[in-house]
Amino acid sequence: MTEALDSRIPKEVALQLYETMQRIRQFELTVVDLFARGKIPGFLHTYVGEEAVAAGACKALRPDDYIISTHRGHGHLIAKGGQFDLMMAELFGRRTGYCKGKGGSMHIAEPALCMLGANAIVGAGIAIINGAALTAQYLGLDRVAVAFFGDGASNTGAFHEALNLASVWNLPSIFICENNGYAESTPQRQHQKIKDIAVRAIAYDIPSSIVDGNDVGAVYLATLEAVTRARSGGGPTLIEAKTYRWRGHYEGDPQMYRSKAEIEAWEKKCPIARWRSVLIASGIPVAELDAIDQRIQEELERAVAFAEQSPWPDPSEARADIFTPTPEVA
Amino acid sequence: MTVMTYREAVRQALREELLNDERVILIGEDIAEFGGTFKVSLGLLDEFGPRRIRNTPISETAILGAAIGAAATGLRPIVEIMYSDFFAVAMDQMVNQAAKMRYMFGGKISLPLTIRSTMGGRRSAAAQHSQCLEAWFMHIPGLKLALPSNPYDAKGLLKTAVRDPNPTIILENKMLYNTKGEVPDEPYFVPWGQARVVREGKDVTVVALSDMVDFSMKAAEQLATEGISVEVIDPRTLVPLDIDTIVRSVQKTGRLVVAHEACVTGGVGAEIAMQVVYRAFDYLVAPIERVGAKDSPIPFSPILEREILPDDRDVIAAVQRTLDYAA
Repeated sequence: MTEALDSRIPKEVALQLYETMQRIRQFELTVVDLFARGKIPGFLHTYVGEEAVAAGACKALRPDDYIISTHRGHGHLIAKGGQFDLMMAELFGRRTGYCKGKGGSMHIAEPALCMLGANAIVGAGIAIINGAALTAQYLGLDRVAVAFFGDGASNTGAFHEALNLASVWNLPSIFICENNGYAESTPQRQHQKIKDIAVRAIAYDIPSSIVDGNDVGAVYLATLEAVTRARSGGGPTLIEAKTYRWRGHYEGDPQMYRSKAEIEAWEKKCPIARWRSVLIASGIPVAELDAIDQRIQEELERAVAFAEQSPWPDPSEARADIFTPTPEVA
Repeated sequence: MTVMTYREAVRQALREELLNDERVILIGEDIAEFGGTFKVSLGLLDEFGPRRIRNTPISETAILGAAIGAAATGLRPIVEIMYSDFFAVAMDQMVNQAAKMRYMFGGKISLPLTIRSTMGGRRSAAAQHSQCLEAWFMHIPGLKLALPSNPYDAKGLLKTAVRDPNPTIILENKMLYNTKGEVPDEPYFVPWGQARVVREGKDVTVVALSDMVDFSMKAAEQLATEGISVEVIDPRTLVPLDIDTIVRSVQKTGRLVVAHEACVTGGVGAEIAMQVVYRAFDYLVAPIERVGAKDSPIPFSPILEREILPDDRDVIAAVQRTLDYAA
């Protein structure tokens, strides 16, 4: 039976949620293919299957709200408004990329979109996001700051220290745990005894919620509630979104740690197919959704061409951007 | 000029920078009512309030992470890490985050972040509260690093750091907090990357860090009575390092001793020595001597600690060896 669209979500928002998820999915499938063909150097961690979390959470934010991401960060940047062409060029290591080819997939960032970076150290961003929240609070701006992280990161010291500090300073920080059941290869049951990471909020006296991370509407509404609380001075929230990573920890991961049956079971819970059914049931024509998909595909093709035609960085730029030029103060 | 302690000089810099820019805040453990473990920030809470003088839990990762995030988004935080030994529990934020964020982002952000901490032994504080870890930070591109040796520099280097749009680390020496020196009454800044020739001489160059400057000066005075002329140079900042001033001195004296309290192996002295060898090989008339702690954890018992840590006698002996060397 198809679910009905929650009456709190306007159709226009519902369509945008669909589009964002599709943008993430198609970007990821495209880079998987490019990576396999040797076009993308380094490591690649994809977000396929988890799209509803980034899409739902970022839809609840304003452009001037901050986010910080993880090593699996493409989806968060796309959901915050990242452009395919500049992302693709960064993944290709080209000079035209978001970070001039210095960051790559694991460090892609765009401060102009208030996206404070993918981060290849598990848990590190959770500590950093409090600083963005502190700036907002200190300057009296009603901005919020969101850290995305996985179940694995919930065992780091940074997670516990940061939740505690956000609590005692009453910061407008929102901690969104994407519990995909695995810390790299280690299943959740082997890395923590709790099933619900949300219970850890109790230790820091902050509110929490658990949402179906494959239900983009639920993620959106849960984040909206946390955002409303944070903007009005109500402090931090921990949201646990339960989801699943369809592909390996990295591209090329042999995935001996899980069964094909488990992966297939989760593929049946595809957040995009599910939301598409909700939209169709709510009266949105299939053709409109197909047109969105088509547009995204065309944009991606242009982005790949842009990346392929973009110049490599000049070796003389390798040591630029380490320090900001220092003004004379004396 | 006013004669004041190193502690007062640091406090004055903090106060002036807090007054100068509303975006400057202090973050650290026990820095508010308690005034910091070394009482550097004593009184600042009364003047600036808890919004700007921010006490924290004992959570170095959360402290540094929050400071990095705040610096990336428009504030100019000054962090106090109580003892530099405690950096060890939060090195990810120093090494993988603060040092690299601007670079990884292709130069799209600046991190105007100042991190003050304390270094050094001689107080029976034992192995986990006495280390000199400057070599760790000098080895990480993206961090600036200063080791002020006197009240004038302690104030002036800190003021420059707060205005710098990059992550800066200042390691203050615990044994220097009560030492006194002249500090100008008018505002001033000490530029980073300019060594100070503390004493001119012609026979041997001694490059000394932090409190080894005072020990080296004492050694130079002693040696002067024996007719030996020692030039003492304080680099003041290790990143950037003013190697030119050191090289010019060695070109004059032909002999170099590098003195720091950190243990010798893998220390900053090795880096300075190598740069001098490369730049002034033909001028050297004796092997470069290194003075530093013996490779050991710092012991508790005063008699053992004195055995491990270097002082003026070690500088004198090292200078003597460079003079006794016969090619």
